[in-house]
Amino acid sequence: MIGVLFDGFAYGMLLFLLSVGLSVTLGMMNFVNLAHCAFAMIGGYVTVTLMNQWHWPFLATLPLAFLGPALVSVVFERALYRRLYGASDLDQVLLTIGLAFVSVAVAAYLYGTIQQPVRMPDYLRGSVTALGLTFGAYRLFLIIMALGITLLLAGALEYTRFGAQVRAAVDNQRMARGLGINVDAAFAITFALGSGLAGLGGALAIEIVGLDPSFAFTYLIYVLIVVSVGGLGSIGGSFVAASLIGISDVAGKYYVPGLGAFLIYLVMIALLMWRPAGLFGRR
Amino acid sequence: MDASAISSPQAYMRLQARWRPVELAFWLATLLPFWLTPDYLVLASQIAITALFALSLDLILGYAGIVSLGHAAFFGLGAYTAGLIAKYGWGEPVTGLIAATLVAGIVGYAASLIVSRFRHLALIMITLGMGLLLAEAANSASWLTGGADGLQGVKIWPVFNVFSFDLYGYVAYSYALIVLFLVFLLARRIINSPFGLSLRGIRENAVRVPALGAPSRAHLRKIYTIAAAIAGIAGALLAQTTETVSLEALGFQRSADVLVILILGGAGRLYGGLIGAIIFMVARDQFSGNTPQFWYFWIGALLVAVVMFLPNGILGGFAKLASRWSKVF
Amino acid sequence: MRTLLAGLGGLAAAFLATAPAGAQDTIKIGLILPYSGQFADTGNQLDNAIKLYVKQHGDTVAGKKLEFIRKDVGGIAPDTAKRLAQELVVRDKVDILAGFVLTPNALAAGDISEQAKKFMVVMNAATSIITTKSQYMIRTSLTTPQLNDSLGHWAYKNGVRKVYTMASDFGPGIDAEGAFTRAFKEAGGEIIGSVKMPVANPDFSAFVQRAKDLNPESIYIWVPGGAQPAALGKTLAERGIDPKKVKVLAQGELTEDQALKSMGEAALGIITAFHYDPTHDSALNKKFVKDYNEAYGRNPDIFSIGGWDGIHAIYEALKKTGGKTDGETLVAAAKGMAWESPRGPISIDPDTRDIIQTVYIRRVEKVGDKIQNVEFDKIENVKDPVKAKMKTN
Repeated sequence: MIGVLFDGFAYGMLLFLLSVGLSVTLGMMNFVNLAHCAFAMIGGYVTVTLMNQWHWPFLATLPLAFLGPALVSVVFERALYRRLYGASDLDQVLLTIGLAFVSVAVAAYLYGTIQQPVRMPDYLRGSVTALGLTFGAYRLFLIIMALGITLLLAGALEYTRFGAQVRAAVDNQRMARGLGINVDAAFAITFALGSGLAGLGGALAIEIVGLDPSFAFTYLIYVLIVVSVGGLGSIGGSFVAASLIGISDVAGKYYVPGLGAFLIYLVMIALLMWRPAGLFGRR
Repeated sequence: MDASAISSPQAYMRLQARWRPVELAFWLATLLPFWLTPDYLVLASQIAITALFALSLDLILGYAGIVSLGHAAFFGLGAYTAGLIAKYGWGEPVTGLIAATLVAGIVGYAASLIVSRFRHLALIMITLGMGLLLAEAANSASWLTGGADGLQGVKIWPVFNVFSFDLYGYVAYSYALIVLFLVFLLARRIINSPFGLSLRGIRENAVRVPALGAPSRAHLRKIYTIAAAIAGIAGALLAQTTETVSLEALGFQRSADVLVILILGGAGRLYGGLIGAIIFMVARDQFSGNTPQFWYFWIGALLVAVVMFLPNGILGGFAKLASRWSKVF
Repeated sequence: MRTLLAGLGGLAAAFLATAPAGAQDTIKIGLILPYSGQFADTGNQLDNAIKLYVKQHGDTVAGKKLEFIRKDVGGIAPDTAKRLAQELVVRDKVDILAGFVLTPNALAAGDISEQAKKFMVVMNAATSIITTKSQYMIRTSLTTPQLNDSLGHWAYKNGVRKVYTMASDFGPGIDAEGAFTRAFKEAGGEIIGSVKMPVANPDFSAFVQRAKDLNPESIYIWVPGGAQPAALGKTLAERGIDPKKVKVLAQGELTEDQALKSMGEAALGIITAFHYDPTHDSALNKKFVKDYNEAYGRNPDIFSIGGWDGIHAIYEALKKTGGKTDGETLVAAAKGMAWESPRGPISIDPDTRDIIQTVYIRRVEKVGDKIQNVEFDKIENVKDPVKAKMKTN
């Protein structure tokens, strides 16, 4: 039972890392960025390239898996996204899906369509025994990383000036502008942050779920589920939703495997029908 | 068209409902493949089917503003209904078509009870979730659906007992085209009616419409049911003309593709889905021969271009051009 | 209007009936493969093998030049596959249909092969019933029951008595697990429990835990190739299921090249049944692997070998018929053909037109400093058991 909770929570943390960026940008800029998982994919490929071709140790690749997609997102934001901030949901959906398609094609061209093999350092493999239970070492690492990042994010939002500006912009954009806050810069930085986190999530996900060009779409569905259930713009919401979904998915598969894939969709539909704006959503 | 020409709402709708010469030209053009490109008739029939599917999505997306990521559910329901009826002995196509329409419509009505209550992201996710659930259910019920291998043993009898489906696809294309045209006439009627007008009102501002006396939720349910039924017709056509049905008929890929097709052509213009279907499927067919790996790249780039430069799709672009043209002359 | 259409239809039928069996000096082969989408890699491997074969043997057979027309089916899309097959036959006037990685596509195209009487070579798709769709069809890859049925019998013969099965919940997974379970039970073994896993499944931990709870002496696994084998293998290691202690039985996809690279030492001890491995110890295979690596920079896999033997079958059949390309003659020539493939000896069953081959039982071992599948047992001349049973019923 504890094992199932642990595994579910770890899976949830992975989903959280992949989704938190999207939740913030959706909530803040109302911009539906479906290319979000393409950034995650980019982060994954950064790690794979650094590890397999230049033999960097895994942990060292992580900061670059964060920075790479962040920089790419800045380019996208300046060039394309900026023009569509006021556009309809559908237009944003299509623009970002188009970008995702393009990135999938580019990844396939550069890396081929095969699975990217990745070997974790030994201290992250196998399992750790504590309190009479075995915990997967890598999953433990995931949880620690995710919790650390959550604390950093929450702390930054609450205790820094920039965080206050972001919160203001999320709450009421017009007012924030009126107060002299550089909302555009705040957007750009938050967007880069969100994409960077997605990249980090992508890099961390390789060990659990593998990496190939279709990653940009396979996980999009799960990320969308977390974001819509958690509520847009809410980090806490994403955290809770991701944990909930991770645990119910794993627990469902363990206790009622016949339900298997159904459970995650049923849970999502039920939660959304109960709270259309998400658990911690604003609208 | 300046305001002085319209004397009343009824006159406006009559004006909208008139057949423009461009439309007549379009429908005449759909007959060309019989003479010009007889080797491509099977492709033409599949374009007609996809166009019908896109038309059904246009009714809810373009006119009522419901963004659905799970519309293929109804397409698949229609396909499996028609396929199963034929598999278990009754291969008559027209009655199979009617049965599929009914099944898709009934499920569509049930779904509309949920769908009509939500908007924005929640709506998108719920339609997505429902579509995915149905796909999973179809996979699990492989005793019924044939699972991943698809339905086997689907044999369709000749249409009206005269026209049997030939290898060249003459009957397939004729059949699909006639059904498309008839349903299109129906859709046109719906759109150019007071009901259609109120749908557009709902799309623009759902909150205000009840204040005008139109029951917005009931309208949404109606149009969703109709759109589901039409999607079911398209699915049944595919099952009958290809004699195969498989899980991807209700899959996410199909829902996503039809959305792309509709936006490419331009939503809310009735012909957008048709134009989008032609362009998308012809392009994909061309790519499948030459450089298939780059299909994703080009469709992605095309999407980005359309959204950035042609926000109302290709037809929207033409409309803009046409209005600029008419200002010049 | 009706008579016009009926007349056109009749004309078309007449045309088809009198159409010549392919142009005189060229033999056209239509290849339907997934060159894009999530199965693109398998399509490419298959096609690469074909290209290599043609390069090595020249593109002229029985005095005629071979022309290949390639079409991308994009993934699982039977309506597209059927249309592509129809267009290849009607528009491009191909003589032979070939390729077919995925079962639904092969099944759909089979209708066209039967209707148009065209020779069809299935080079990968592995569901048993495929070859029943058209009497002009042969297969040069494998059938899922061939592997799993053999594994089931072998397991019992080699001391395994109780098995827990884990399989992906879709067509091929259900087929494979079904075949294994039937064979194992027939031999006298006991299935102590089973679990079906959803196909779109990123996380295996719950399922592996269920398996662990029952403390089985042996676990049978079936997951589709791609990301899942490595993910599952790592989860097994994480949860402390050591393949050296618990017998992990699977179809060869679990321990393919890429998966082994990811799993590393966690895979040691996994026993799989497969029909081909690049490390197979024969002179022919060593040459094949070397040439393939030189041309494409990676090892061939089961998709490559399906393509290689498929194109070989086409060449040999054409040689036998002296260049005649109608479906009946070609399939008659192909029936009963036997040859030595880089995978071992294979032949085409004259009754079912399906492939008969050797199933190898391999174990993952460390050879030098590489981790690879080592063949240590084999079952020869395995026919497809499903069709064999159908015949006796």
